[in-house]
Amino acid sequence: MSATGDIIMAENALTEPGASGFLHRFEGLRARLPGQRLPWLAARREAAAEAFRAQGFPTRRVEAWKYTDLAPLTQAGFGEALTSVDGAMTLPRAAAPRRVVFVDGRFRPDLSDPEAPVRSLAQHLGAAEGLLGSLARIEDLPLVALNTAMFEDGALIDLAPGEDGGVVELLHVTLADRPVAVHPRHLVRLGAGAKLVLIERNWGHGESRYLNSPVLEFEVAADAHVTHARLQQEGKGGIHLSTVFARVAEEGTYDSFLLHAGAKLARSEAHVVLAGPKAAAHLNGAQLLGDGQHGDCTTFLEHAAPDCPSRQTVKTVLAGKSRGVFQGKILVDQIAQRTDGYQMNQALLLSDQAEIDSKPQLEIYADDVKCSHGATVGELDEDQIFYLRSRGIPEATARSLLIEAFLQEAVESVADETARAALAEAVSGWWEKMA
Amino acid sequence: MPAVTETIDAVHSVTNSTYKYGFETDIDMDFAPKGLNEDIVRFISAKKGEPEWLLEWRLKAFALWKTMAEPRWAAVKFPPIDYQDAYYYAAPKKKDGPKSLDEVDPELLRTYEKLGIPLKEQAILAGVEGAGESPAEGRMPVAVDAVFDSVSVATTFKGRLEKEGIIFCSISEAVRNHPELVRQYLGTVVPQGDNFYAALNSAVFTDGSFVYIPKGVRCPMELSTYFRINAKSTGQFERTLIIADAGAHVSYLEGCTAPMRDENQLHAAVVELVALDDATIKYSTVQNWYPGDENGKGGIYNFVTKRGACRGARSKISWTQVETGSSITWKYPSCILQGDDSVGEFYSVAITNNWQQADTGTKMFHIGKNTRSTIISKGISAGQGQNTYRGLVKISPKASGARNFTQCDSLLIGDKCGAHTVPYIENRCMTAKVEHEATTSRIAEDQLFYCRQRGLSEEDAVGLIVNGFCREVLKELPMEFAVEAQKLLQISLEGSVG
Repeated sequence: MSATGDIIMAENALTEPGASGFLHRFEGLRARLPGQRLPWLAARREAAAEAFRAQGFPTRRVEAWKYTDLAPLTQAGFGEALTSVDGAMTLPRAAAPRRVVFVDGRFRPDLSDPEAPVRSLAQHLGAAEGLLGSLARIEDLPLVALNTAMFEDGALIDLAPGEDGGVVELLHVTLADRPVAVHPRHLVRLGAGAKLVLIERNWGHGESRYLNSPVLEFEVAADAHVTHARLQQEGKGGIHLSTVFARVAEEGTYDSFLLHAGAKLARSEAHVVLAGPKAAAHLNGAQLLGDGQHGDCTTFLEHAAPDCPSRQTVKTVLAGKSRGVFQGKILVDQIAQRTDGYQMNQALLLSDQAEIDSKPQLEIYADDVKCSHGATVGELDEDQIFYLRSRGIPEATARSLLIEAFLQEAVESVADETARAALAEAVSGWWEKMA
Repeated sequence: MPAVTETIDAVHSVTNSTYKYGFETDIDMDFAPKGLNEDIVRFISAKKGEPEWLLEWRLKAFALWKTMAEPRWAAVKFPPIDYQDAYYYAAPKKKDGPKSLDEVDPELLRTYEKLGIPLKEQAILAGVEGAGESPAEGRMPVAVDAVFDSVSVATTFKGRLEKEGIIFCSISEAVRNHPELVRQYLGTVVPQGDNFYAALNSAVFTDGSFVYIPKGVRCPMELSTYFRINAKSTGQFERTLIIADAGAHVSYLEGCTAPMRDENQLHAAVVELVALDDATIKYSTVQNWYPGDENGKGGIYNFVTKRGACRGARSKISWTQVETGSSITWKYPSCILQGDDSVGEFYSVAITNNWQQADTGTKMFHIGKNTRSTIISKGISAGQGQNTYRGLVKISPKASGARNFTQCDSLLIGDKCGAHTVPYIENRCMTAKVEHEATTSRIAEDQLFYCRQRGLSEEDAVGLIVNGFCREVLKELPMEFAVEAQKLLQISLEGSVG
């Protein structure tokens, strides 16, 4: 009885702020984390906790975190999510025919479609050996180290060569009735020639503070194609810090789109390696930031093989007192001849209190390359508004139209219809809701 | 492919033989003891007969420097520098303050002749006070301040300039003759503790040029400083201060060379520009310090802080640089656009060949309303060179209507070099417009083919293409410099073009 009592105590107590709070929580939880009986995983968790202890949370002195301050995270205490069994919770409308649901980091078979090619990672950890941590670096990425030490569950998608996984929605809901911290870990492996459209949605509601810090790893084999549409629609008090790793083999494609719409503080980092000739990557995205929101889209794209194309268009719209960050680095290795890289980021400022910080970056060691990047920052064009108004369109509508047109260009890059529709729906009417 | 292979082979063949400024001049020198401590700072100050306030200023800088660490964020690699293993003061032995060139060591004059600076000829002109100062051979006259290691050895055309009320002299002379001006502006753009190298410079700077253009005066000629590091184991720490009073206009040229040596020498200069209402300062640099040999041995570490403040409304500061020398360049000429409607410009060509590394760019701080800035950067990498553009465009909330356009292009010649672009854009103003574009490419086979088909040799073809690539920057250079810069481009890439 007393043991159970301790657990409830631990679950209800908020940790002290900062990295030490999370480390104490790890100490308390360690025996109950899934996979503790698997020596490779237990060792990996220990190593990750050690790496996190050594690094702590990144501060703004770290170049990659120059524009994003984690003070809201490090100055607050977080608790562990209670295991909820409430089957009658309100969920957003499904974006795809097949959906799997995670609540507070844990798989919910009762809310998920059994037909979906998704298994609970916690229940199939044996199958994850060699995949988990194969791409995710813990030495220099403390948030990834923290996730590796703490993850409770996540999705495991392992498609055989030639298999078509169809369109799957991966919904993660955080029930933020109290300040919880969850660290989902999703693993996706596509065999040669396999296909998958994954709509990853992180959803929350309410005003409370919480942390959702997922890590995703994508192994994309030769000629396999994955579309990864990400909708970050966390609750108003939420902190969303996600890291995606993808490695794409010869002629494979990692086609992603990131939408930042929710959360008080959101940062999504992507580390993509084009490892085989003619592998392709799209790292598109849009950030819709209203008053009090901070959105950070950071990407590292490495061209590690010849003849790879990459495309990136990221658009940020800022209203109220918000701050948007775009950091995009393209690294072209010496071997990566005939690289074709294009990167564009554009920001639209709708308020005189908003701030945009943009850092596109090219690092090129091969000579036969075509790489370009562009960045623009500006406000809505008064001439265009005037043009629309002169045709009888009210100013608010005119603004909304122009904002949507600005975002449309980015959303249109998503080839899959279901994913595009889900994104378009999330984008549409954003400005009206803002006003 | 053969064209490219040849090109690459040719890059390898560019060796120190192409650095024609690699001679050393044997002159009786006056050194301070090696090493750096408070006594050396006092020694330098005493040697120059400086007032107490300047010594205090230097000591404060030295105290700050001791607390600072070398910046390591730039994309350049070099072994740790032993700051105690260098001379911080080296001057040609001579009588105090040469009144005329006759008092200057003839060896020195020959050095400058070799460098192609027509000191003598212009000094003769300068000697003939008054109406005799007509431009020779129909050329625009250029007033030259020549700095040899640590000390300014001669300034030409002083008489003519004085008539306009223009002050153009070495900074030591300015400290003696115009202390109020120096005191008012020194360190106001680049404070002593600005960064590691600026702090070092503030503590030990030995000479440099001082320019003051009075209200409403348009400087009748280009002003120029020629820097040369000659002595072994010396660092050169010059300090330049240019003030353009309301409505003034000045174009200033800076050139640099050094002898060939196995060791690395440090050059940590500070340049401060102040432009008041409606004033314009155009600052052009052709930097040709010794770049090291084909194995990356020797060469100058060029760690320079250059910054201009557009303090007045409608003022303008324009930086143009052609960087072909130095083994390492760490340099970000910047503009603080405080005055409403002020304009900042940065035009740069940087070439890295062999083992040269360049991390250069600019910072544009938009503070005043309707401030505008333009950044055009052309990086050319060959051999094992690493070339980084690093720049910041920062727009404050009050800079309504601010405008920036940035273009960074990189050209790679050979597959062992690197070209990098790291722009930072920080905008806090809704009505500001910022545009940035960057491209990386190599000389295309079809471009070469097209030129060769029309009878151009491969070398001429690449020269033509490279020149075209840099044209937007080269056209910003004053006439005399443009010719020199084009020659330098050719020399720097001579081997690389077949």
